[in-house]
Amino acid sequence: MGALVSMKYKIFLMIIVFILFTSSLSKAENIKIGLLLPYSGAVAIIGEEITNALELAFEEVNFEVSGRKLEIIRADSEYKPNIALKKARELISSEKVDILAGTVSSSVALAVRDLVVATKTPFIVANAGANQITREKCSKYIIRVSFSNHQINAPMGPWLSNYGIKTAFLLSANYAAGKEQMAAFKNTFEESGGKIVGEEYTPHRKTKDFGPYLGRIKNSGADAVYVFYAGGEAINFIKQAHSFGLSDVMKITGAGWTTSPLFIPAQKESALGFIGILNYVPSIETDVNKNFKRMYQEKYGRIASEFAVQGYDVGKMIIEAVQSLSGNTSDKNLLAEKLSKVSILGPRGRLDIDPKTNNVIQNMYVFEVVNSDEGPILKVLDKIEAVKDPGTNCLL
Amino acid sequence: MLITEILNALQFSMTLFLLSIGLTIVFGLMKIVNLAHGTLYMLGAYLGLSIWTFSNSFWLAFFFAPLATALIGAILYSCLFKFIQRVDPMRQVLLTFGLIYVGLDSVRLLWGSMSHSISAPELLSNSIQIVGETYPTYRLFVIFVGLFVLVVLYFLLEKSKMGAMVRASVDDHETTQMLGINTNKILFYSFSLGCGLAGLAGVTVAPIVGVEAGMDMEVLVLTLIVVVVGGPGSLKGALVGSLLIGFIDTFGKVFFPELALITMYAAMALILIFKPDGMYSKL
Repeated sequence: MGALVSMKYKIFLMIIVFILFTSSLSKAENIKIGLLLPYSGAVAIIGEEITNALELAFEEVNFEVSGRKLEIIRADSEYKPNIALKKARELISSEKVDILAGTVSSSVALAVRDLVVATKTPFIVANAGANQITREKCSKYIIRVSFSNHQINAPMGPWLSNYGIKTAFLLSANYAAGKEQMAAFKNTFEESGGKIVGEEYTPHRKTKDFGPYLGRIKNSGADAVYVFYAGGEAINFIKQAHSFGLSDVMKITGAGWTTSPLFIPAQKESALGFIGILNYVPSIETDVNKNFKRMYQEKYGRIASEFAVQGYDVGKMIIEAVQSLSGNTSDKNLLAEKLSKVSILGPRGRLDIDPKTNNVIQNMYVFEVVNSDEGPILKVLDKIEAVKDPGTNCLL
Repeated sequence: MLITEILNALQFSMTLFLLSIGLTIVFGLMKIVNLAHGTLYMLGAYLGLSIWTFSNSFWLAFFFAPLATALIGAILYSCLFKFIQRVDPMRQVLLTFGLIYVGLDSVRLLWGSMSHSISAPELLSNSIQIVGETYPTYRLFVIFVGLFVLVVLYFLLEKSKMGAMVRASVDDHETTQMLGINTNKILFYSFSLGCGLAGLAGVTVAPIVGVEAGMDMEVLVLTLIVVVVGGPGSLKGALVGSLLIGFIDTFGKVFFPELALITMYAAMALILIFKPDGMYSKL
């Protein structure tokens, strides 16, 4: 009996030793990328898109660069800064990730900002658009491949002005991102001679019915309404604006997420005629994009959104940076530096990282939603090349 | 301008009425604050979405989604709610709050995390001119559905024998039982009806506000406000509370848009100062 117990005990010990041994092996070999994204809650879909496409980029190289395996560790940010900070701490100190990537929300990005700078962990921003991330809060460890809120909306001021829009009404959700986007557009639109006749900020993620606002906008007499919404709010706004006949009296325009390929299937014909601006639209006619779109559609069964593209580019950047280091990522300073020096040709077009701010330099696409055989699509009207964020107050 | 706002307010009030009536009946009869009421609303919308997707008919969704939700309500009643009536409120809160999470994750598992929408039927998808204002026909339909349910419930509860039993059961549960009325049966049907009405609200407003995981919590708060303002357990209270909150919220957004987030809560606080038990409390 005693022998049996000690036998069991020995096997148990051996298993433990084996587990410890293999895990220490993998620790030495894998390049760990911590993904801090919302995997639950209303914005889980964006986390899903970014992760899907990042995996797609890694699959192209079979999850291996310069002899080292790429390992993705997911952490659910729950879209909450305090929880995300805790998870980021775990990723950095327990999991010892080489690179942190993600955050959909700007508040989450800002919450982990000091942590990544203090621990010198290269942090690739895959969505969060708050201007300050690459302005006063910029750091050589923070590289943004997504966009800044200013960068997306600023080119639309002169563009719409040229298009013949003289007066505009601003409408967006009442939170930092909404206000930054509106401010960027307002600024350049007024500089181009346009006039803002009214603005309204609706309770963020609490507005289901835009009826009370639509009446006011309709009666404002503006040439256009400039909006920014995402998710359910974008779907509801577009559908309700259509049912109230808003497009009969003015042009509906705005930041392009409002009619993202994620929402168009629900918005259907009511999105027709919307003019938007974004860093990616599926109809970009390049081989890189066509190839990416096909692969994404095959694997996940839907059209890749701009969020997915950002995830894909994050993956491509990591691969290129690790390659340039021949797989040696032990020096975090060097890794961050290499990440900020990569230049890739992604589905969006050419991407460079601005050495002044570490924010991406990219094309902006002005599009209109038009009908096609497969339902409404985003047709590119104009391409504005190599758009930068001014990066005011950033000292790198 | 004004007519649009009044219709908007009326439409919102009717949605609130469909939601709060179910909650208030259940509370009046069983003394259960069913926090999972919003979940049934969400299920109604999602079931409607599925029926609509498969059959391509809004009307099938409109009729069968509430029935399916009522069926889910019946199952919930038999398995869970039967055992927690008139017990310590803490247990009720824990159970029904837990159901919210179960509902949310089930929905995400079954339908994914994308936001969806249902298209209004052809007949109602256009807008009509009312005194020079363009107004979506579908919203008028929502008002009509609310009024229809109001009238039907009025006759059912005030004029029928079944209604008399329900009212008696609300007023004095024990005495009603002593008079030989099968209150269990009444509870079962009323609970299912309440759930069905939540489902009806979900599928009815889906063409306007869409279908997404998380829609349950938003309406739960609204519904609780209406019930608290109107007075828990009172049908008249549900109607008056819905109209009050619907109009205050809509006109608040028009005249004081900066305060949109708090108008409703401020109104609730004010009403509770003067009527601490709500307008028509049956407590």
